[in-house]
Amino acid sequence: MEWFRKAKQGLAAQEKRNIPEGLWTKCDSCGEIIYTKKIETLLWVCPNCNYHFRISSRKYVALLLDGGRLDEKDNELLSGDPLKFRDSKKYLDRLEQARQKADSYEGVIAGIGEMGGIPISFAIMDFSFIGGSMGSVVGEKIARAIERAINGPMPLVIVSCSGGARMQEGILSLMQMAKTSALLAELAKKNQPYISILTNPTTAGVMASYASLGDVIIAEPKALLGFAGPRVIQQTIGQDLPEGFQSSEFFLEKGFLDKIVDRKDLRDTTIKLLAYLGGKPA
Amino acid sequence: MDFERPIQELEKKISDMRDFSVGKSIELSGEIASLEQKLERLRTEIYSGLTRWQRVQLSRHPKRPHTLDYIKLIATDFIELHGDRGFADDKAMVGGLATIDGQQVMIVGQQKGRDTKQKLMRNFGMAHPEGYRKARRLFQLASRFHLPIVVLIDTPGAFPGIGAEERGQAEAIALNIQVMFTLKVPIVVVIIGEGASGGALGIGIGDRVLMMEYSWYSVISPEGCAAILWRDAAKAPEAAEALKPTADDLLALGIVDKIIPEPIGGAHNDPVQAAKIVKEEILNTLAELRPKPVDLLLDERLAKYRRMGEYHVL
Repeated sequence: MEWFRKAKQGLAAQEKRNIPEGLWTKCDSCGEIIYTKKIETLLWVCPNCNYHFRISSRKYVALLLDGGRLDEKDNELLSGDPLKFRDSKKYLDRLEQARQKADSYEGVIAGIGEMGGIPISFAIMDFSFIGGSMGSVVGEKIARAIERAINGPMPLVIVSCSGGARMQEGILSLMQMAKTSALLAELAKKNQPYISILTNPTTAGVMASYASLGDVIIAEPKALLGFAGPRVIQQTIGQDLPEGFQSSEFFLEKGFLDKIVDRKDLRDTTIKLLAYLGGKPA
Repeated sequence: MDFERPIQELEKKISDMRDFSVGKSIELSGEIASLEQKLERLRTEIYSGLTRWQRVQLSRHPKRPHTLDYIKLIATDFIELHGDRGFADDKAMVGGLATIDGQQVMIVGQQKGRDTKQKLMRNFGMAHPEGYRKARRLFQLASRFHLPIVVLIDTPGAFPGIGAEERGQAEAIALNIQVMFTLKVPIVVVIIGEGASGGALGIGIGDRVLMMEYSWYSVISPEGCAAILWRDAAKAPEAAEALKPTADDLLALGIVDKIIPEPIGGAHNDPVQAAKIVKEEILNTLAELRPKPVDLLLDERLAKYRRMGEYHVL
C-alpha cells in the first residue's frame, strides 16, 4: 500500500523534473539548488553530485542521433484491451490518459536514425507512458526494431527505461519478453551489434529480456537496475537493503554491466562501440 | 480450501456411517450408496463452478503433486543432475535424465517442498539465478545429445532477494529465454501448478505449452498485482479475475496449446491418475514433434512466439 503511494508521489515529482517551471531546480539526490538554465546546458545532470535527472525520450533522440533526427516507425500501433482489464480505473481510460500526457503514442519510440554516420535501428522507451511498461505494443515495436536491424542488416541501439511488463495485459505482456528475446537470437546470427543502454529505472520484465541481452550493455550513473523492485525484496527478506543496492554501480561491480557512461558521453561512446563492432559508415 | 468443506463434511459422514455399520446388523449400504452419489454430484458442481481465485488456490493445494512426484510417477528411470557449474546447486530447480515409456528425455522443473523443512530447502519453489543457469546447462546438454526436453513449471516466482540480484536474476532469465529458442530438440512445457511471471518463463519456452486444468500462468501473481493496482494484497481475488490467468483463459488467448484435464477435485485427489494423463499428453506431444526436421522446429518455435500480442493498427 505504502509502496503505491510513494510511487505515485515519485511520478508527480518526476513530471516537475521533466517540465521545469521555475528558474531554479532542486537536485533530487543532493538537494543542491541549481539555476535551471545551467542544468539544461548540463543535459540535466547535477553539477554537484552527478545525479542524472530523468529526461524525456525526445531529449534522448536529440542527444544521441545525428542531427537529432529519427525516422519514426510503427506509430500506428495502438494498445487494445485484450483482458478487458479494470482495477480502480479501466485500462482503456488509463491508456487514453497516457496518450494525452506522454511523449509517445505507446511506451516506446522507434525508427531509423544515424549515429556518427552509421545507420541504426533505434528504440527508446518512454517512461511517461504508464511507467514505460511493456505491453503488446511496446513488445511489437521493439520486435520490429530488432527485425529492421536483422533485415538491414544494421546495428541496433535500444535505450531502456521501464518498470517492467504491463500488468493490465496479463500474460500477453509476459510473452513480449519471449518475442523480443527470440528475435535477438536471430540478430546475433547476423553479426550486427546490439548496444543496450540502461537508464533510470530498468527493472523486471524489460531487464529480464532484451535490456540484459545487449552485446554491450552500458548505463547512466546511479540508475535503478534489477529484477525485483527494492520494496518487494525488502518485504520478502524482511531486512533493510544495503546502500547502493541495485544501482548502476552495483550492477557494474557484480559483472552485469560493461560500463557506466555519463549522459554527456553517451553519444560518443555508443558511436565508438558501433565503429569497433562492425557498424559501417553509410 | 474453504470451497472443499462441503465435500469434506459429506466424506466424513459417509466414513462415519461405514465405521458405524461395521459389525452391526443395521444395513446402511443403501444409504451410503445414495450419499456417495450425492458426493459425486457435489464434487462436479463445486469444481465446475470455481472462480479464478479458487482455481489459483487449488494450484497451491498443500497436497498437490510437485515436479518430483510427477517424475517418480511417469519416469521408469531418473538420474538427477546437479549444479550450475558456477556457483551452487539450486534445490528450487531440479532436472535430469529420465526415461518415459522407453524414451530418453531431459526433464527440468521447479520443485516445491511438502513440509516446513523441505519448503525451506526448496525455497518454496523460487529459484535463484543459479537455478536458471542449471536449467540452461541441462537444456544445452539435451540439445547436444538429441534428448527432447520436458519442462514442468510450478513456481510462485523467481526469488526476489539480495543474493538473487547480486548474481543477476534478470540476466539469468533473459539468457534462458533467448537460449531456449536455439535448442535443437523438441520442448514440451507443462504448467503443473503455479506459473508466475519471469520465474516461469525463464524455463518456459516450448514448441508446445500445456496447462493442467487447475494451474495458472500470468505476468504477476494475483497478490502482487493487487498490492500494486488495488494497493491491497487482500484484493487478490479481484486481481485474479482481472488477470485472467487460468488454463481456460490462456487457451482462449492463444498462449497455450492445450489443457490437460485433472481428476475431479484436482490432481491431489488422485495423483496416480493425474500423472497418467500428464504422461500420455507428454508422449503424444513428443510423438507429434519428433518427426519435425530441426530447422522447421526452430522456425515454428520462433513464429509461435513472434505472433503473440494484441494491438490495433490505426
